[in-house]
Amino acid sequence: MVEQGKGKIVRVAGPVVTAEGISPRMYDVVLVGDLSLMGEVIKLVGDRSIIQVYEDTSGIRPGEPVSNTGEPLQVELGPGLLSSIYDGVQRPLPVLMEKQGDFVSRGVTAPGLDREKKWKFKPTVKQGDELQGGMVIGEVPEGNLVHKVMLPPKVRGKVKSISAGEFTVEEAIGELDSGHKLRMMQKWPVRTARPYAEKLLPDIPLVTGQRVLDTLFPLAKGGTAAIPGGFGTGKTVTSQQLSKWSDAHIVIYVGCGERGNEMTEVLTSFPELEDPRTGKPLMGRTTLIANTSNMPVAAREASVYTGITVAEYYRDMGYDVSLMADSTSRWAEAMREISSRLEEMPGEEGYPAYLASRLSEFYERCGRVKTLAGPTGSISVIGAVSPSGGDFSEPVTQNTLRIVKVFWALDSKLRERRHFPAINWLTSYSLYSPILEEWYRKNVAEDWGALRLWAMETLQQESELQEIVQLVGADALPEEQRLTLDVARMIREFFLQQSAYHPVDTYSPLKRQYEYMNAIRKYSELAKKAVSLEVSLEKVQTLKCRVDLGKLKFEEEMDKGLKAIAGQMETEFSGLGV
Amino acid sequence: MTKEYHTICQIAGPLVFVEKTEPVAYGELVSIALPDGSTKRGQVLDTSEELVVVQVFEGTGGIDNASGVKFLGETLKMPVSKDMLGRILSGSGDPLDKGPPIIPEKRLEIIGAAINPYARDNPREFIQTGISSIDGMNTLVRGQKLPIFSGSGLPHNDIALQIARQAKVLGEKEDFAVVFGAMGITSEEAQYFMKDFERTGALKRAVVFLNLADDPAIERLLTPKLALTTAEYLAFDLGMHVLVILTDLTNYCEALRQIGAAREEVPARRGYPGYMYTDLANMYERAGRIKNKRGSITQFPILSMPGDDITHPIPDLTGYITEGQIVASRELHRKGIFPPVAVERSLSRLMGQGIGEGHTREDHRAVSDQLYAAYAEGRDLRGLVAIVGKEALSERDRKFLDFADSFEGRFVRQDMNEDRTIDQTLDLAWELLSTLPIDSLTKIDRKLIEKYHPSTKK
Repeated sequence: MVEQGKGKIVRVAGPVVTAEGISPRMYDVVLVGDLSLMGEVIKLVGDRSIIQVYEDTSGIRPGEPVSNTGEPLQVELGPGLLSSIYDGVQRPLPVLMEKQGDFVSRGVTAPGLDREKKWKFKPTVKQGDELQGGMVIGEVPEGNLVHKVMLPPKVRGKVKSISAGEFTVEEAIGELDSGHKLRMMQKWPVRTARPYAEKLLPDIPLVTGQRVLDTLFPLAKGGTAAIPGGFGTGKTVTSQQLSKWSDAHIVIYVGCGERGNEMTEVLTSFPELEDPRTGKPLMGRTTLIANTSNMPVAAREASVYTGITVAEYYRDMGYDVSLMADSTSRWAEAMREISSRLEEMPGEEGYPAYLASRLSEFYERCGRVKTLAGPTGSISVIGAVSPSGGDFSEPVTQNTLRIVKVFWALDSKLRERRHFPAINWLTSYSLYSPILEEWYRKNVAEDWGALRLWAMETLQQESELQEIVQLVGADALPEEQRLTLDVARMIREFFLQQSAYHPVDTYSPLKRQYEYMNAIRKYSELAKKAVSLEVSLEKVQTLKCRVDLGKLKFEEEMDKGLKAIAGQMETEFSGLGV
Repeated sequence: MTKEYHTICQIAGPLVFVEKTEPVAYGELVSIALPDGSTKRGQVLDTSEELVVVQVFEGTGGIDNASGVKFLGETLKMPVSKDMLGRILSGSGDPLDKGPPIIPEKRLEIIGAAINPYARDNPREFIQTGISSIDGMNTLVRGQKLPIFSGSGLPHNDIALQIARQAKVLGEKEDFAVVFGAMGITSEEAQYFMKDFERTGALKRAVVFLNLADDPAIERLLTPKLALTTAEYLAFDLGMHVLVILTDLTNYCEALRQIGAAREEVPARRGYPGYMYTDLANMYERAGRIKNKRGSITQFPILSMPGDDITHPIPDLTGYITEGQIVASRELHRKGIFPPVAVERSLSRLMGQGIGEGHTREDHRAVSDQLYAAYAEGRDLRGLVAIVGKEALSERDRKFLDFADSFEGRFVRQDMNEDRTIDQTLDLAWELLSTLPIDSLTKIDRKLIEKYHPSTKK
């Protein structure tokens, strides 16, 4: 890092430090005080620079030196990102622990990528090839997949030399005619989106194996979703389930202002998890970014950008990336806290006036794209929002909802009755389902859309009928409507409820989801017929197949069971004269 | 060697503004000599070459423009030692019990550094509190922070004391050490706690910090930090398992707001400062376990929700940081049920890691889910009964209605000294669930029903 200017501190107020004499550009990274704490310039007033420091500033005094690195906040991109666990500014937490023990103390730097480790590089271009920015020049095996080494987006030229072999990320693997040395590592400023060739329509679903999501409220690869929920609605469990089971190649998990103990659960459970498709450890396709709520607020603000930049890098290789940001509310709160320290004029509820534009800039960095190198890649973002007081009208939730296309409404009432995942089927929505329907039709079942519609309608009818039941009791309803209530109850309890802790139930493939819902529909049709033949509803409800249908999801041989149950239903109903 | 300045230019609320100083560090400790010969302590909140803002812990009463201000050249540190066990200290750490001064084995920064998330160990050892509504349905584990959300007039202190008395880890003989931090509670409440500690002998294994209602409000900002620094020393240096009880967090946040207002900061919700979340997080996150270290810190903060409003910023922000909450219910309290734990609004986020085979019992998760579901259904039916009468209900519904009553009356209710083992708790749950139709137990695996249901159990 080149030192452009040296200056001194004139004021310290919490994480905000004012310095003189460094003449930086906006968002340059500076080193503050005798401890060289990392900070970022966020405001310039005359000769004075206002710096947001990523670490605790206790003990720092006016007069101590400040130096400017002349570069904005960057992340290091290259082999070694997967399996890594970073803090909000890409310092590897295991390395920090080795250097300074169990507590994160200050002024320690550690590079994002291991400088010692050698990687096996195999070039895919040869001498004399004409290269454009972003093109793949070679491959390195990393974790569970092939890491494609790319030319930085702004570099182009003819290959003068390139060689195979084992290299560290910093060593030159070749050279361009212009004299530009080729390396496996590149740096990218986190607050700038990485370029791509073209944005594409998101028309392929991100399969999550969670029935309520895939069937009722699907997310597209390259799409955006928000999970709101007051505390204790199961937001964290849901988001962890998504990271574990979604069919993205790469998972980036940003724990932004998360609880330490829950982050630990992620940090300890991920390395033990097996990737259901490859059988290899899940960590081999995961990067974790952990900035717990008691780590410095400025690093929390940066953590979301660090995450999305890493995601963009893998997208550029042509992979599907899913990024969990848990939680964007903590991120917004970090913005608010810094803004209030800067004594900026607050907008709604004390949040800075630029909250909406920051959020939309962030979500706009995802999508399904044609990369500079040619293939398609995608970033799907799932942002958790935790509205204060469960009030959805607060600014973070509202501004998020204006941008995202899927809304998985976690509901504390459902949580109270232990309906998990506690996603409310009446208030959630997905604007992707029409775009995705064709894919489902081709890949799962021709009548997928119709089945989905049937389920949604039944649930809708239930909520209308419930209003009447509240007044007059269920017994006052005609049999047919009571049957509708019962079928809706089956959809809720059998299909929508899914246990994250049960080994079989935790993941449900699309085909199985379809068959399961189809079986419930079949029961509903047979039961309707039975009721129309004046068989009493009690008799229908006490059929063994109804009970069995509910227990099926916990059976190891569920697919077999699903096949068998159709016959069982027919036999039992025919016993009733249907 | 340290210079004394007589350049106070403004005093406002708990803040003293000093000008024309040598460079002073942020967070530096300050001592102020009053004209009457006494001294007060404070800490630097904002420092520049022109002006230094000092927050005075003991209040600014008696300070005048001529008072001498000394900057002590270090940030606030507290002396810690094993001998602190059994001692009663003030809210700023001075002995109140006429005992000898504490001879420090170490001096520690009171603003604890964050535990590296990678160094943390997964909290998964079940703590048996002997209270069914907690053990059975909102299970606590070692290293967790589980606040009690209460309201004025509810017996949260009794719940906290019962937990402190009965908490144990199965298979271990060693009791928890208790660090008790009181912020702005009345001396009557303080005595209630002290009496119970003395009665049960817990005081020998306790360190008590008392900031009472008539002590300076600003001191309250210090008390929990001192308590947690002590807890960290006991847990991670001495390898003890520590239970930290902090009461009442609402008073702490009031003090935080007071400071914010005095500094003329831009307030966030309801006048509380925008950084309250981070401030609370810095406190609550000092719970947990560390890999390869024996000790642990488990936190029980108590806070009274103003107007029983769970969406008030204090419980709201707390809930985002802590791993769940135990909510005290006014409704149950009025029905005379102790402990009045509103299970439907309570939650332990770490429960999943501490229960099941090898921790408690294999049927724990399923039984707990079933209890929640059945109780919720019974409660819903109560609303219906109010309109149509009990007679209009179906046989099945009536059973659920009765279940809700017996759940509250037998499962939740227990004596203040009744210490139920986890087996007793779960067996009681099965007994209550057996009053329901067996095919309505949809949350429980067939095999478990066969094994544990009283009608099929061998």
